[in-house]
Amino acid sequence: MTRTLGKDLLGLEPLSTEQIRLILDTAEPFKEVSERQIKKVPALRGMTIVNLFFEASTRTRISFEFAEKRLSADTVNVASSGSSVQKGETLVDTARNLEAMRINMVVIRHSASGAAHFLADRIQSNVINAGDGTHEHPTQGLLDLLTLRDHFGSLEGRRVCIVGDVLHSRVARSNIWGLTKMGVEVAVCGPRSLLPKDISEFGVTVFKRIDEAIEWAEALNILRLQLERMQAGYIPSLREYNRVFGVTRERLDRVDHDVVIMHPGPMNRGVEIDSDVADGDQSVILDQVTNGVAVRMAVLYLLAGGRPELADAAKRGSER
Amino acid sequence: MTVRERSGSAPRDVLLRGGRIVDPSQGIDEVGDLLLRGGVVEARGRSLGAPDEADLIECEGTVVAPGFIDVHCHLREPGREDVETIATGARAAAAGGFTAVCAMPNTEPVTDNQAAVGFILRQAMRAGAARVYPIGAISLGQRGEQLAEFGEMVGAGAVAVSDDGKPVASAHLMRTALEYAQSFGIPVIDHCEEPTLASGGAMNEGIVSARLGVKGIPAEAEEVMVARDILLARLTGGHVHLAHMSTRGSVELIRWGKAQGVAVTAEVTPHHLTLTENACEGYDTHAKMNPPLRTADDLEALREGLHDGTIDVIATDHAPHHYDAKEREFADAPFGIVGLETALGVLLTDLVHTGILALPVLVDRLACAPARLFHLPGGSLARGAPAHVTVFDPDLEWSVDPAGFVSKGRNTPYGDRLLRGRAIATIVGGHVIYRFGG
Repeated sequence: MTRTLGKDLLGLEPLSTEQIRLILDTAEPFKEVSERQIKKVPALRGMTIVNLFFEASTRTRISFEFAEKRLSADTVNVASSGSSVQKGETLVDTARNLEAMRINMVVIRHSASGAAHFLADRIQSNVINAGDGTHEHPTQGLLDLLTLRDHFGSLEGRRVCIVGDVLHSRVARSNIWGLTKMGVEVAVCGPRSLLPKDISEFGVTVFKRIDEAIEWAEALNILRLQLERMQAGYIPSLREYNRVFGVTRERLDRVDHDVVIMHPGPMNRGVEIDSDVADGDQSVILDQVTNGVAVRMAVLYLLAGGRPELADAAKRGSER
Repeated sequence: MTVRERSGSAPRDVLLRGGRIVDPSQGIDEVGDLLLRGGVVEARGRSLGAPDEADLIECEGTVVAPGFIDVHCHLREPGREDVETIATGARAAAAGGFTAVCAMPNTEPVTDNQAAVGFILRQAMRAGAARVYPIGAISLGQRGEQLAEFGEMVGAGAVAVSDDGKPVASAHLMRTALEYAQSFGIPVIDHCEEPTLASGGAMNEGIVSARLGVKGIPAEAEEVMVARDILLARLTGGHVHLAHMSTRGSVELIRWGKAQGVAVTAEVTPHHLTLTENACEGYDTHAKMNPPLRTADDLEALREGLHDGTIDVIATDHAPHHYDAKEREFADAPFGIVGLETALGVLLTDLVHTGILALPVLVDRLACAPARLFHLPGGSLARGAPAHVTVFDPDLEWSVDPAGFVSKGRNTPYGDRLLRGRAIATIVGGHVIYRFGG
């Protein structure tokens, strides 16, 4: 049984079921920290973390930053604009320079698949992948797992369908790995032009029609559909996408069971998801956001060498 | 390890004694001596007496073969002399056992006129290593619009035309190239890649690309163009040579074309014969090439095609890149690897010593077939043939050390591989241009 996560968190594919469960279990005690009046524990006091965001992000960057600050780490945010990256500096030089300032961890978001691997192979610091190209977004996968586990009580045997642009989605990949490793039955549904050719080799069911997916699923994880996909010719129009694949109240009402609604954000209301679904009583979209902070605290804590059994004590903080 | 300069003087006599002489052009595979005199093969036999002052090379335990010819390499000069020059490329070729290479025209500027062809030949002559035969561009600037002047380029020494690296997207241009080239008796080489299907791709499209989140290039991007080119060769009667084949479908299409009597020939690289898409795991940019490494099934079909002659020649697609260019994100790294110095070792280790390919077939695909298809001197050890000879020790074990390459390029996926077999002497026109350890 592997207890530790190793040096980096690059994706959910390389993690064992045991490691994923460890992160989820470690996140539990950290949830409460965010509910306090004073949202801070000293677990990572004295550690330096750089949030290296080469791609625009609001939600993920803020979520990581809160997680770091609530664990008392010192953080620096580097965005691609205004840094030497724009002067043509390579990724590896940027990273080495940061490391020369004796940091402990790097959280990296990058538009190239494999960028986090590239960095992890070349620097001593812990590397956390906050989304690399169309590869993985492991902390999003983990917070989705935590949210589903909170809702259902357990994950084993549940049926989750990922809806939309799986081809270009790092969230989809991390979800597929995480869910299947935790014993969830996984399906995908979307236009064939937005699913990888060999998607069934991931061990997932493929639904051609959204109604079949809704009929089957206990939860839908609805992916953002980017406008660029239409411009690149993968689909004819956002309007038709909504008519054929959009998750609407009407479609949900046709089945006689409840379907939990998830979305990694940011949402295109009226495209992949209708507002009354996003804001409806089956939606756990804001729970996902809340859980994001706890899961990221758990990942930071474990990578920093924190012992899982002490997470509860760690959160009590200065009482120790 | 040194690469000797070839002097302008007449070559000394060379006696290659006691080697296994493998010459598929004559159906010969026997132990004996080979005497080279005056730049040609003088005699073959047992216990030939060495003339006075002949250089004697003891070849016991080695293979003496017609000189290897690489019909597909990138020497980067003019334009990217920081990455490779004609001289370093020609010396790397010699060190790999190649007596001649054909240089692709995607230089800066493009080799699309007689003066550019002449420049390459002049630089090669100065280098005095492996011979370099220029390949001219099909279209001016490789822009795929207007035909380059094949006649003048051939007159200056070009042996084929190709827009390699840039697929000939226009079927009409490919058709006219295949027609026009017939006046000069040269093959038209195509890099088969349907550009809109391959656009933005960085590796084979399949389960590995789906997992890594890297945009894939489907096998069909190659096969669509292979089918088109075979049909255009049938239409025109021209000779189309298909570069670096990588898929099972391509092999089957070529087999069909040959059965129809179409003048289609094809090449495969050592890496497409020995590596699969799995080499891209961990985003290793040394496994990024175009066409991409494919699946184990494709690899098997390529090996079968090579064995049965559907694929005529092995070519390296030697493509040096600067260290920094490969030391970056997978999607942003350039395609290509170096291959001149590892080709023979990789092929012997993974194909011949494993019993997949007979040694005489390997020699045919590396030496005889390239000479035949491209109408080049060499490819035979018959009496009177030019003395282009490769001597290799099929059992010599060595470890690939990219830092020790003669080529300026270090970008190889075979770094630290233990290989069995390497060239020990390379002879061009009777001049020994390379001796291992010599």
